[in-house]
This record gives sequence, structure tokens and C-alpha cells, in this order.
Amino acid sequence: MTAPTTTVRPAVTEPSARFRDLLAAEWAKLWSLRSTHWTLLLSGLVIIGININAAVADHHNWPHYDAGIRAIFVPIWAMRDAFTLISGMIIMLVAGSIGAITITGEYGTGLIRTTFAAVPARRSLVAAKLIDVTVVMLGYGTVVAGVSFWATQAILSGHHVGMSIGYPGAFQAVAASALLAPVCALLGMGLGAIIRHGAATMAITTAVLLLLPPCFTDHYRWTADIKHAMPSTAWQRLVDVGYGRFGFTVRHPTTTTEAWITLAIWAVAAAAVAVTVVDRRDV
Amino acid sequence: MIEVSGLTKRYGAKTAVNGLTFSVRPGHVTGFLGPNGAGKSTTLRMILGLNRPTGGTATVAGRPFRDRPRGLRHVGALLDAQDVHGGRTAYAHLSALARANRIPRRRVDEVLGEVGLTEAARRRVGGFSLGMRQRLGIATALLGDPPVLVFDEPINGLDPEGVRWVRGLFRRLAAEGRTVFVSSHLMSEMEHTADHLIVIGRGELIADESLAEFAARGTPQSVTVRTPDASELTPILTAEGGSVRPDGDQALTVTGLSAARIGELAFQHRVLLHELAPRTASLEEAFMELTADSVEYLAGDAR
Repeated sequence: MTAPTTTVRPAVTEPSARFRDLLAAEWAKLWSLRSTHWTLLLSGLVIIGININAAVADHHNWPHYDAGIRAIFVPIWAMRDAFTLISGMIIMLVAGSIGAITITGEYGTGLIRTTFAAVPARRSLVAAKLIDVTVVMLGYGTVVAGVSFWATQAILSGHHVGMSIGYPGAFQAVAASALLAPVCALLGMGLGAIIRHGAATMAITTAVLLLLPPCFTDHYRWTADIKHAMPSTAWQRLVDVGYGRFGFTVRHPTTTTEAWITLAIWAVAAAAVAVTVVDRRDV
Repeated sequence: MIEVSGLTKRYGAKTAVNGLTFSVRPGHVTGFLGPNGAGKSTTLRMILGLNRPTGGTATVAGRPFRDRPRGLRHVGALLDAQDVHGGRTAYAHLSALARANRIPRRRVDEVLGEVGLTEAARRRVGGFSLGMRQRLGIATALLGDPPVLVFDEPINGLDPEGVRWVRGLFRRLAAEGRTVFVSSHLMSEMEHTADHLIVIGRGELIADESLAEFAARGTPQSVTVRTPDASELTPILTAEGGSVRPDGDQALTVTGLSAARIGELAFQHRVLLHELAPRTASLEEAFMELTADSVEYLAGDAR
């Protein structure tokens, strides 16, 4: 048994709290998981591979295409090769899942308690996490979208039907595809903060990103408005360089500006929800 | 110094902690005891700002813990050894926590050495045994060299060597003038570690006193006597003012007489003794008696 001591400890001296230390700590946490490396690498290769495969197929089939197809191959078909619908869906799923896991991984393992016992400033901590994930996913999206565009158009240029980044709408499509990743990651984080359970978060993130948009028809103004407010629809609008042109009509059209605003609102709203919800709840 | 005042936590209709008031002073190991479901973990979580109290306050060094931007230099805590991500190495886990708190990286190596995990530092925590996770949790608590340490059931999963090490560590930390608050549902763990006890049951305070005071609550001191002539010895002891209870075939439990006096009487009356053993009041018994009314989940309970 310890005899009561008279040792008196001096008051705690500590350096001032800096936000950049939280950024560095969360950055290290993200990269110290092997799954982060593998998920980004493998999904990136798959996405680029799918797009390249589409371009290779068109390159191969080009001699058989009739004049009608050839007339609109640039930009419509060329752009669809750069950003196939399936590759966009994979970007959304991967980014949404990575975002969700950064939050639900903490709750599911109980690490969240260790984290908040070490950093009681929860809002700062969640903000650092949001920023780190955004930066990583923006880098990932930029590489995947940039390489997809460059590689597919390089292949198509064999028949002189590749686009340059200077083609009207091309840069917008690449930028939208690059930004799709951080937007969906933030959405995953927001939903993860609300739901906290890994599997349930994945299911609902997938539903919001992929299943919800087809539920709304373009037929009525109001359903079209809801559809346009979905992140995946906004992305499709921004990569659709032939939107409303070349004889294609859209009953209730939306603008690229509205699509950009849609993506921005989803990102900001999800981040705000994550910060607020995590701060308020018991862990 | 941890101060808890009128602390209450309700989950819907269920009251987990009800008006707890106590303080935990520096320089001592204070045991926090109660049966399963008594509200120990909830109380510790409220002290650490993880759960928001329904009522009352909990402060560390005069401030609610959640008001501090960084925590490790103020309170070191091990709440649950499983509260780590199995995919990270012990080193990665600790260095991220250290970085967030501006604690130099060499401190990570120091605490890993202190808990004996240097060899396992680069292994992923998912492969750790419970005992190794407890050590990692203790390393986390020590990282910021804090004046206040909180441990929730730290002995679970440790081997006998580990248990002895942890007890020594707690005593050393207290001797350094730190506040050491250790929860347990086993009195026997506290018996060798704590100077002071806070006992709760069903979320309410049952006792807040020194270990010695607590021990005095237990059954009065008794002496076990084993003799082939129990029937001869019993009236002799009763005549001297002892209270004798037969305890099996050839054994007696005697209260009110010291072992020395019983030995003298037996010698004077030429009664053969096989065993003469003073029994100190068991803390475990005192604890059981004290918490008997407030056990939440009783085995064999009629439902």
C-alpha cells in the first residue's frame, strides 16, 4: 500500500494546441492502414482500365462505324470512353466507402473513445479528418480522371478522333470527375457520422449515390429537379459534352452551373453534418 | 484531482448514474468498485467528457475535461483495451495520438519500452492478445506524462507477472504525486493496490473511505480452531466469553477471543489442537455484504 505522499506535482505546462498537428495526426492515421493504399491503388487501376478498354473497343470498331456515328464521335462518344458510366459509379462507391470508413472505423472499433480522450476538441478533430480525406480523394480523383482522359484520347487519336483538354467542355468533364471523388467521400463521412455502423453506412451511401437517382423520372419538372440534385446526376451533366445538342432534346434541362452548385452543397452539407453530429453525441 | 458533483446520467427511463458526489485526490491509488452494471464505466466516460451528464458536473483539475483542446497531458486514460484499430501497428497508433497532442516522438518509444511492447511495436494491434492490448492501453495513458490517470478494469487479461507489474506501476504513479483512479468489479484486485475506495452500486455512492475503514466494515475477526476434542473445548471457550460456532466435523469458528488466548486455554486444559488460524476480515466479504442489495445482474435470479 502506498503511504500518502506529500509529493506535489507542478501544474501542467503544455504547448499551445495547433490545428496542423491534428491534420498531421489524422493524415498519419489514414495512411497507416494498409487498406487505404490497396483500395486506392486497385480501384484506380480498375477505373482507368475500364475506360481504356472502352477506348480500345471504339478504336477497334471505328472502321465499321457509319457516318452518323462518326459525325458525333467527337465529342460524345470520345467523352463516354474517357468517363464511362460504370467507371463513374466505381469512383462514387470507392470514394463514398473510404469516406464512410474513416468515421465508422473509429466508432466500430471503439477507437473514437481513445481519440476523443486524447483530443477533447471534437469539432477540430473532425474538421482535420474531413480536410485530410478531401485532399487525398481530390488527389486520387485527379489522377484517375486525368489518366483516364489522357489515355483514352491518346488511343482514339490513332483515328484522329481524340479530344484535347482544350476542347470545349473537356476540362470541365475532367474537373467534375476529379471532384466527384472528394464529394462522395464527404457524403460517406457525413452519413457515417450519423449512422456510425459500418455496414449500414455503406448500404445507405450506395443507395443515395447509385439507387436513388434512377427512382426519379425526367418526365415532370419536380422529379427532374430532385434527380438533378443528386451527386451522380450532377456529375453526368458535367461530363455530358453533348447535352442538349446534336439533336438530343432534354425535357427539363439543367445547367452546368446548377450541377456544380449541387456538388458543392452535398460536400458542404455533409461536412457540416459530420462536425455537428459527432460533437453532440455521446461516444 | 478529480471532482464529481451530483453526477447523473439517464438513458431514457434507466438511470445509470444517480447523483454521484466524490473526489479523487492526488498521491493515492483510489479504487472505484462496484458490481457489473453499477455505472463505473459511465462515470469514467463522463469524467473524460465522452458522455454528457444528464445532471451534475465532473471536473479534472477544476475544469470539465471537454473544455481542454488536447487531453493527453492532463489525463491519461485506459477505458477499454479494445478501443484501438486492429489494422494499425502499436507504434502507428501511439505516434498519431502523440502527434495530435504535440508530444515528441521519442516519448512513444519510451512508453512502449515501459510497458514492455518494444518488440511488438511494429506489429499490427489486431494480432495482439488482450494482455498486450492492456499494455498498449496503459502506454497510451502514460504518453502525455499526465498528473491524472484513469484505468477501467486494467487487470483483465494480464498474466500474473503483468498483474504484479501493473500494481507496482499504480503505486509508483501515486507516489509521484499523481491522481490514480482504477475501477474494478473485484475487491481482491483492489486489496493489493488501492489506498482509498469509492464503492458504487446501481449508480449510487455506497462508500467513500480508506481501505482500512472499509475493511473494518467486514465480518468481525474470527479464529478457526481444528481439534479432535471439539465438544470438550467448546464450553471452555464459551466460559471465557467466546462465541463458538461448529464449522464442520472437527472445526470451530470462534469470535470474541484472540488466537493467543484460545491457545493458552487449550494448553491449560490439555486439549489437542490441530490448527489455530486467525482469520482477518475479508475485504471481499465486506464488499459483497455492502453491495448485496445493489447487484444488477444476479446469477440464478428468479425472473
